[in-house]
Amino acid sequence: MLEDLPILSLITFIPLGGALLLSLFAWLGKADGREQLERNAPRAALVISIAVLILSVVMTLDFDSAKAGFQFMEDTPWLGGGIEYRVGVDGISVLFVLLTAFLTPFCILASMTSVKKRMLEYMIAFLVLETLMIGVFVSLDLILFYLFFEAVLIPMFIIIGVWGGKNRVYASYKFFLYTLLGSVLMLAAILWIYFYSGEQLGERTTDMRVLIEELKIPGGVQTWLWLAFFASFAVKMPMWPVHTWLPDAHVEAPTAGSVILAGILLKLGGYGFLRFSIPLFPEASLSLAPIIFWMSVIAIIYTSLVAYRQNDMKKLIAYSSVAHMGFVTMGIFTFNTQGIQGGIFQMLSHGIISGALFFCVGVIYDRMHTREIAFYGGLVSKMPVYAAFFLLFTMANVGLPGTSGFVGEILTMVGAYQVNPWIAFGAAFGMILSAVYALHLYRGVIFGEVVNEKLEGILDVTKTEAFILGTLAFFTILLGVYPSLITDVTSASVEKLIADFNNAQIAAQTAAGGVN
Amino acid sequence: MFQTVSTFLPELFLAFTASLLLGFGLSKTEDRSVIVRYISVGILVVFGLMGFVLDRPAGTAFSGLLYNNDFSDFLKAIIGFSAAAALLLSKHYFQSEKLDRYEFSVLTLYAVLGMSIMVSANNLLSMYIGIEMQSLALYIMAAFNRDSLRASEAGLKYFVLGALSSGLLLYGASLIYGFTGSLDFETIRASIELSGPKNGVIAGMVFLLCGLAFKISAAPFHMWTPDVYEGSPTPVTGFFAAAPKLAAMAIIARLITVPFGDIIGQWQQVIIVMAVLSMVVGALGAIVQTNIKRLMAYSSIANMGYALVPLAAASVAGVQGMIIFMTIYIITVIGVFATILQMRLRNGMVEQISDLSGLSKSSPGMAICLTMFMVSLIGIPPWLGFFGKLFAFYPAVEAGLTWLVVIALLASVVSCFYYLRIIKTMWFDEPTREFIKAPRSTRAIALIAVLLVLPVLILPGISGGGIGLAEAAAQALFAQ
Repeated sequence: MLEDLPILSLITFIPLGGALLLSLFAWLGKADGREQLERNAPRAALVISIAVLILSVVMTLDFDSAKAGFQFMEDTPWLGGGIEYRVGVDGISVLFVLLTAFLTPFCILASMTSVKKRMLEYMIAFLVLETLMIGVFVSLDLILFYLFFEAVLIPMFIIIGVWGGKNRVYASYKFFLYTLLGSVLMLAAILWIYFYSGEQLGERTTDMRVLIEELKIPGGVQTWLWLAFFASFAVKMPMWPVHTWLPDAHVEAPTAGSVILAGILLKLGGYGFLRFSIPLFPEASLSLAPIIFWMSVIAIIYTSLVAYRQNDMKKLIAYSSVAHMGFVTMGIFTFNTQGIQGGIFQMLSHGIISGALFFCVGVIYDRMHTREIAFYGGLVSKMPVYAAFFLLFTMANVGLPGTSGFVGEILTMVGAYQVNPWIAFGAAFGMILSAVYALHLYRGVIFGEVVNEKLEGILDVTKTEAFILGTLAFFTILLGVYPSLITDVTSASVEKLIADFNNAQIAAQTAAGGVN
Repeated sequence: MFQTVSTFLPELFLAFTASLLLGFGLSKTEDRSVIVRYISVGILVVFGLMGFVLDRPAGTAFSGLLYNNDFSDFLKAIIGFSAAAALLLSKHYFQSEKLDRYEFSVLTLYAVLGMSIMVSANNLLSMYIGIEMQSLALYIMAAFNRDSLRASEAGLKYFVLGALSSGLLLYGASLIYGFTGSLDFETIRASIELSGPKNGVIAGMVFLLCGLAFKISAAPFHMWTPDVYEGSPTPVTGFFAAAPKLAAMAIIARLITVPFGDIIGQWQQVIIVMAVLSMVVGALGAIVQTNIKRLMAYSSIANMGYALVPLAAASVAGVQGMIIFMTIYIITVIGVFATILQMRLRNGMVEQISDLSGLSKSSPGMAICLTMFMVSLIGIPPWLGFFGKLFAFYPAVEAGLTWLVVIALLASVVSCFYYLRIIKTMWFDEPTREFIKAPRSTRAIALIAVLLVLPVLILPGISGGGIGLAEAAAQALFAQ
C-alpha cells in the first residue's frame, strides 16, 4: 500500500495544506468568530503536526536501512530543462525528517500557553515552516533544495520579528541578511553546475542522483564552488566567525522559535555539507578540510569561553550550540565512518538536547519573564521536578556518558583522532570547557538559597511541560544507551558516501598522475 | 498591400479606435470619462490578444519599416494587459481627486500605440516615431494633475530629459546612417558585415543605447526617475513602471540582436556597465528613501539592471530570460501600485512608508498582498520573483559572465534590506491609522497580481506554457 502513496510529498505538504486551511478560515470567518478561531488554531495545528509525525514514523519504519540509495523516490516534471520535482530520502536524511516531525508538535504544544498574541498567524507561520524544513531534507534537485532552503527565512523572519523580545527587529534583520548573503552565492554556484552538467553529460540537469554519480567537476573550479556552498552552509551552521547572528536570533525568538532554530535550522548547514559539498566536490573538500578543522576547534574553544561569560541563559545556550556544531563540522570533514556517523549523531542528539534546554529556559521565562541568570537561584527547593529535568539536559549538553550527547562527541573525536590527534585534543579540551559553562549555568539557576523574593511563589512544571520534557528526556537517554538506533539507519548511506569520496580521490590522483 | 495591413492590424485597430474615442469624448458636453475608460480597457485587452488570436506568420509592413513576429506579439500582449490594468486602477484615483477626464484614457491608448510601434520597429526611423509617440503621451500623463506643483515639475523634468534622450537617439541614428548608408536594421547588419564596424557606427550605437537607457531609466541615465515617480499621479506612476520599460527593453534587445548582432564585443561592455551601475545605484539609493513611490523608483532602476544582465549574454536564452524577468517584474509592480493606491486616508492619499505601520492589524489582507510582492521582489523562492531572477541570471552564467551574476546577487541582498523594511513596518510596528476601504476594482487587481506571484505559477503545466511562449518569442527575434 505504501508503495503507491507519495508519502514524502504528503509529509512535506500536509502542514502547508493545514496552514492554507487555517488562513482560509480566518479570511472567510466572521469577525466575532475570531476569538474562537484563535483558541482552536493551536489544537488544529497540533493535530496536523501529529498526523505528520505519524506518517514520518510509518515512513521511517518502512525505510530499508540496508540499502544505500534513495528510497520513496518521486519524480514529476516541473520547470522543464532538467529541473524537476524530485524527492527521496536515504539513510542520512530520513532521520532529519523524523526529527523535524518530532520537534514540531512539541513546539506547538509549548506555544499554546507562552504565546500571548496573534495565535492564529503564529500557528500558520509554524506549519509553513515545518513544510519548508522537511522539504529541504527530502529534495533531491538542486533548484528545489534551494527553493526550500531559502524560503525558510521568511516564516522565521516573521516569527522572530512579530513574537520576539525587545530587540526583535534588529535580530530578525541580522538573521535574514546574514543567511541570505550566504545563500545567494550558493545560487550562483548552482547555476554554474546546471550549465556545466549540460556541457559534460550532454543534457542539463539538477538531479542530485545524476550529479553525484556522473558529474566530474575539474579541481580548480571545485574550490570556488565549494567555497560558494560553504558560504551558505557555514552561515546556517553557524561556524565561527560567522556565528554572531545566532545568539541575537535566539535571545529574541520566542521559545518555540528557539527550539526550531537550534533543533532543525542549524542542522540544515551540516546536512548540506553531507549531501552536497562532499559528494559534489570531493577534491576541494579534502584539500580544504584542514581549514574546517581549525575553524571547528576555534569554534569549540572560543565559543565555550564566550558562553561562560554570558548573563543571559538563552545566549549561553546559543553559544554552546555553536560549540557543539563545531564537533559536527569536525566530524563530517574527517571523511571516516566514525567521524561522519558521529557528526550525524551529534546533530540529531543536539536537536533534542538543545531543544529541551530552550524549553527549560522557556518554562521559567514564562513564569518570571526574565532570562537573567543572576535573577534566579535556589530553584531546586521550589521546583524539584524542573531541577531534575534541567540537570539531565545540562549533563547531556556536557556530554556525560549515558546521554546521547556523549555518543556524538566521542564518535567525532575518535574520527578526528585518526586524522589529526591535535584536533581531537583541542575538541576534548572544549568538552571540559562545556562542563564549566553548563555547570555554571546550573549552579546559578538551581542551587543555592532563594535570595530573590519574587521567586517565592514560583510553581513547578505543569503537566504539559512535564510531558514535553519527559519525552525529550526519554529519547536523550535512549539514544545514549542504545545509539545503534541511529547508526544502523545511517550506516549504509554513510559507507557509500565514504566509498564514493575515496573513489573520487583515487580517480583524481590517477588523472593527475596521467598528466605527469 | 495585404501583408502590410495584416501586419499592421493591431496598431491600425488601436489608432482607429483611439481617434474614434477622442471624437466621441469631444462630441457631447457631458462627462464621458467613465464609459471611455471602460471602452479603452476593452480595446487594450483585445489589442493584447490580437497577436495570438490572429496568429499571423512573421511579416513586414511599409516596405520593412515594421517587422512583426512572435517576439513583438508576445510583448504587445504584455504591454496591452499591463496598460489595461493601470487604466483600470486609475479610475477611482482620478475620480476622488476630481481629475477624471476622458483624455487620460485616450492618451493611454496613444502611448500604447507608440510602444506597439516600438516593439515591432525594424528601422531606426520607425523606432524613433514609436518612441516619440509614446513619450509625448507620457509627458502629458505625468503632468495630468496640472494644478499640482509636483506633477507639473515631474512632467517638465520628464519632458526636458526625454528631449535630451531623443537628441541622443537622433544623433546616433544619423551617425549610423552616415556610415552605413541605411536606417533599415537588416541593411545596417549587412553593411557592418561587409565593411566591419567603423568607428562612426560604434559611436552611433553607443548614442542609441544611451538614449534608450533614459527610457528604461538605467544608471547613469536614471536621475529623472525618482522625481517623476514621486510627482506623477500614482496610477500614472504604475503605468510608467510597467509597459514603457518593457517596450524600451524590447527595442534594446532588437537593436543588439538584429543590426548589431555581429559586433557583440562592442555593445556588450556598454550593457554590462549600465547593468552594474543600475544595480548598485538602485540598491544603495533606495535605502534612505521614506516615500514608497521614490523607493519603487529606485527599485525599478535596480530591476532594470537585473534585466540587462541576461541581455549581456547575447543568446536566445538571454532574450528569453529578459522577457520572463520583465513580465514577472511587471506583474509584481502593478500589484505594488494597486496596493499603494489603497493607501488612502479620509483626507487624501498618503505615500510615506511609515504610514504603513501596523498594517497587518488594521487591514491584514492588504498587508499580506504587499508582503507577497515585496518577497517576490527580493527574489525568495518559491515566489515568482525568484524564477524571474533564475531565468535572467542563468544565461549570463552560461555566457561566462559569472562575476556579473555574483554582483547582481550581492546587489539583491543589499536591496533586500529596504524591501524588508516595508515588511517590518507592516508587521512589527504598531498601527497608527486606518486606511479607508479601497474600491473593488483596485483590490481585485491586487488580488490577481498576488495570485500570479504566488507559487501557483510554478506548477508544471502553467509554467511550461509561459516559458514556452517566451522561448518562442526569443527565438523569433534571433531568426530575423
